[in-house]
Amino acid sequence: MGLLSKKDAKLITDPLADNNPITVQVLGICSALAITAQLNASIVMAISVMFVVSIGNVVISLLRNVIPTKIKIIVQLVVAAGLVIIVDQILKAYAYELSKQLSVFVGLIITNCILMGRFEAFALANTPWKSFLDGIGNSAGYGMILIIVAFFRELLGSGTLLGYPVLGNSIDKTGVYAYGYENNGFMLLAPMALVTIGIIIWVQRSRNASLIEQN
Amino acid sequence: MEHIELFFKAVFIDNMVFATFLGMCSFLAVSKKVATAVGLGAAVIFVQVITVPLNWLLDVYLLKDGALAWLGPEYAQYDLSFLSFIMFIATIATMTQLVEIIIEKFSPSLYNSLGLFLPLIAVNCAILGGSLFMQSREIPTFALAVNFGFSSGLGWFLAILSISAIREKIRYSNIPAPLRGLGITFIITGLMAIGFMSFGGMLTGGKEEKPAEQTAVIENNLNEVEVTKDAIDLAKNEQVIKE
Repeated sequence: MGLLSKKDAKLITDPLADNNPITVQVLGICSALAITAQLNASIVMAISVMFVVSIGNVVISLLRNVIPTKIKIIVQLVVAAGLVIIVDQILKAYAYELSKQLSVFVGLIITNCILMGRFEAFALANTPWKSFLDGIGNSAGYGMILIIVAFFRELLGSGTLLGYPVLGNSIDKTGVYAYGYENNGFMLLAPMALVTIGIIIWVQRSRNASLIEQN
Repeated sequence: MEHIELFFKAVFIDNMVFATFLGMCSFLAVSKKVATAVGLGAAVIFVQVITVPLNWLLDVYLLKDGALAWLGPEYAQYDLSFLSFIMFIATIATMTQLVEIIIEKFSPSLYNSLGLFLPLIAVNCAILGGSLFMQSREIPTFALAVNFGFSSGLGWFLAILSISAIREKIRYSNIPAPLRGLGITFIITGLMAIGFMSFGGMLTGGKEEKPAEQTAVIENNLNEVEVTKDAIDLAKNEQVIKE
């Protein structure tokens, strides 16, 4: 790590596992549930959140000494809303089909708790470069969980990945469908997103005993 | 009658947490104890009752297509609805700041226990979602908007109250260690959401939902169930094309 000191690298790697925004910090669950029925929507969402969180962290960090504490939430929301509008416009210009599919969820990044959580807990107290790395790390951890959940939900729910049928054709009975396999439509319903995340947490914590909560 | 219908719909059928999955962050993080859960739930009801009618007024007299007609006929052509996101979030942020100041003043213990999550109420998707649902469902009168704000807040309150009660109970259960706390809460919420899906036929007597309501819900697209329906429809279409 020539470019990054050990401390800085930790800012990126920590949120990927031991301090993951979704499974450990419990932030940003709403969108994790809402868009994970399809893999490509999740990937675009992850990239958009990465842009908004990292740039927003830098902006808030630059402004941290001039924001009056009384109105900091409003300032944070304005920064977030401005960046989300940029993302929305870019998606509309270069990936119109995808933006139509995602439109409201891009708007909902404004109310994504990861944003406020990181602005509040990190960017207000740290330098811009550190905040940038923190933003990248946290949104990567968020995107990782999103992609894992979407992978299983799309694969088991509709038998496709990124829209391509990977398990064969369910109507012509090719691939695994020839052996009597059926898509589990229940995976596409929202409750199964909750259960999937619950299972991910289970796996993560059984591998890392230090995360287990004491009752 | 329409008040009662709206009330039951907002509390049970379109429950903020179990049907639309809004406000999950604070729902999961502040539901360890019943006392704090009640505090946050009450704050959500309070903020909803204020922000939904306020945003209704903004929507009807400022943002809607032709809403500026009261300024004179030459203003009737304006449609400012593209501003609704930023107007709604500004109202919400101001009101939550106010609630924060009030709670800090009158109940310091509650203020301490809510900690980081009181500022997060501004970005609680349930609050913004409530206003957006109010807009997309085209609630006709001010009184109904107040009702909707109250009942959707109450639905959220009931949800966080029930999950926190369950979490207090299961503290003494023998859960596998890695699943304790957050993991089991996710799974319980999933099971409760499946249970709440059964309220779907309550007002229609088991018949299919009215199509008008369905399109309204599809339009706002906040509703996860609708999204999955879309996905299923998409899959069906693809199948039809292949056939």
